[in-house]
Amino acid sequence: MSPLFLFLSFVALLSALGVVLAKNPVHSVLFLILTFFTLSGHYLLLNAQFLAAVNIIVYAGAIMVLFLFVIMFLNLNEETEPHKPALAKFAAAIAGGSLLLILVAAMRNVNPVGYDPTSFDSQIGMVDRLGLVLFQQYALPFELASILLLAAMVGSVMLGKRETGERNF
Amino acid sequence: MDFPPLAWQGLVVLVVFGVSLLIATYSTYAERVIAAFLQDRVGPDRAGPFGLLQPLADAVKLFTKEEFFPAGANRALFVFGPCLAMVTALMSSAVIPFGNVLQFGETAIHLQGIEINVGMLYVFGMVSLGVYGIMIGGWASNNKFSLLGAIRAASQNISYEIAMGLALIAVLMMSGTLSLREITFQQVSDAPFVWQDIFNWNVMKQPLGFIIFIVCAFAETNRTPFDLPECETELIGGYHTEYSSMKMGLYLFAEYINVFVASAVMSVLYFGGFNFPFQAELRNWLVSSQGLELVTAQNIITILGLVGLFAKIFSFIFFFMWVRWTLPRFRYDQLMRLGWTILIPLAIFNIMLTGGLITFGVIK
Amino acid sequence: MESLSKRAKVLTKKPMTLAERAYLPAIFQGLSITMQHFFRAATKKQVTIRYPEETRPFSPVFRGLHVLKRDEAGRERCTACGLCAVACPAEAITMVAGERKKGEENLYREEKYAVSYEINMLRCIFCGLCEEACPKAAVYLQADKMAPPRFERDEFIYGKDRLVEPVTPDNRSKRGIQLTPEQADKLRSQLA
Repeated sequence: MSPLFLFLSFVALLSALGVVLAKNPVHSVLFLILTFFTLSGHYLLLNAQFLAAVNIIVYAGAIMVLFLFVIMFLNLNEETEPHKPALAKFAAAIAGGSLLLILVAAMRNVNPVGYDPTSFDSQIGMVDRLGLVLFQQYALPFELASILLLAAMVGSVMLGKRETGERNF
Repeated sequence: MDFPPLAWQGLVVLVVFGVSLLIATYSTYAERVIAAFLQDRVGPDRAGPFGLLQPLADAVKLFTKEEFFPAGANRALFVFGPCLAMVTALMSSAVIPFGNVLQFGETAIHLQGIEINVGMLYVFGMVSLGVYGIMIGGWASNNKFSLLGAIRAASQNISYEIAMGLALIAVLMMSGTLSLREITFQQVSDAPFVWQDIFNWNVMKQPLGFIIFIVCAFAETNRTPFDLPECETELIGGYHTEYSSMKMGLYLFAEYINVFVASAVMSVLYFGGFNFPFQAELRNWLVSSQGLELVTAQNIITILGLVGLFAKIFSFIFFFMWVRWTLPRFRYDQLMRLGWTILIPLAIFNIMLTGGLITFGVIK
Repeated sequence: MESLSKRAKVLTKKPMTLAERAYLPAIFQGLSITMQHFFRAATKKQVTIRYPEETRPFSPVFRGLHVLKRDEAGRERCTACGLCAVACPAEAITMVAGERKKGEENLYREEKYAVSYEINMLRCIFCGLCEEACPKAAVYLQADKMAPPRFERDEFIYGKDRLVEPVTPDNRSKRGIQLTPEQADKLRSQLA
């Protein structure tokens, strides 16, 4: 357990708690971004540079920007926060508690395998290795996912296309 | 004195940090002088010879201005916004290879902050984080105009990041690596004709990709014609309407550092980085005719390459400013239409074209 | 409806050609225009006048700061008749008249003189009517001096200390002398 790992885990847990406990939704989003950063730090410790970079680009750089974007639009101040009925609070507590219960139950019997120092390949997380695995072992799922994403992108472009007869200023 | 190699690398990091700041400082001066020249004016010429001390005078002015907090602003985030903008801008210059290796006896100094094999993704990630500084600052100001500027910045950056990434993919398909250092080395050619090095620069193989990339670079750095987030005519000052003093200065500074980094990335990716024409001939000539050792000759080439890279960077910075004082600002719907319905399909087409050319062995 | 002036142009909105829609040729055209200006600024003489070092020449009919003239013998010309104050449309001039004492003949030209003579430069519109009204050719609006900016309002009320020209003829304003008829004709022909 290196001190770097301990520090990262500490910050990760603290900021994850901050996401849940912060009153202001914008603060929550910022804490979530910090959590993603510490997760990227963990990936770096595991020598998975590609995963770390992509985590930052996709989650911190794109998805959380959209989150922040929407929350800024909603204008959720402390004054305008709606009062939640007691029933909703009760239901949320039950749901969250049962999720925790399931997680604990699932994790209880997990035995960390650890790794074998003789056969462990420290370069497994590098880009070229990852590419080989993706295109050899998982070629079909990878291509399917990329087609899905391409279809989504084409769809968004088509939505943005000007209709015939639409005013062109 | 015995210097551990890590200390040299730390020194390089410090120098990169200082040089980024210095270039950003003098970019403000250059912007004003270039704007003046393009408009038949004189520009700042009062502070020092040719007005060269003008950035210092500006800094003194910014530091002595009143530190203003708007009513109802979120004070912590209001301060955090410009800091974040500055930090992300400065961090992205860490992986750019400014030069090859300088060899002094046993010590080898890499003229690069840090070499990681996902360097391109690192720069891309830092650029995509840059928008947070603007968003947080704009939101924390508690001002509708700032908020609109922040929202514009967010949607603009996300839209143009897609096209930028797709334009990059075409380069990465050819290079097969994400390391900026490797990409630089691949742009040296051994082909025996005169302008060999220039013909091996990526811009020759990826002209369309380069045009897409430079348009996106303008949008990502929020420079005219895409400076919608700080559009004065509609939003007063955009996301930094409420800012004063050095917090305002940090935002302006971060923009110039972003311009510097974008110029450096374009020089490295498309214009051969620290390579320059005839470098192999020059090295051979230095060794054979001047009787220098190979190491010394290589060091000379490295320093010349460093100068060459900075010449490329400065010409890109000049281009950024030249465009700024030529083109009017886009309208918001035009901006979005350009990003989504023109640049993204073009970039996908470019990827397919590159794939086809690689498959049929036209380019490697 | 029939066009009245025949200057009206019919606007035709043709669909844009591919080059126009691509927008890049237009961008390069604009860039080349600004680049021409860039090199013009570097080579040609600039139009900017660097103010404190260089000054723009005043117009020959410029009317600037007032001066109270002395005659050839160095005596004040003003006799405090008050015609300038009457002529002044902005009511900027005030004066107090006094009688010349014995032994002051070398100071004042006439038997009556202005003990105080004040012009409020904030009120003055520099029309030059005082100059035309003066029967003694005493007050002139100089063609080479302006009322400089000040921080306090009362500093704009110019008294005799700042209006009367110096005794030594060398220090006197070279300009602001009433034109002779020949000079006036010459000036008029220049302006025409």
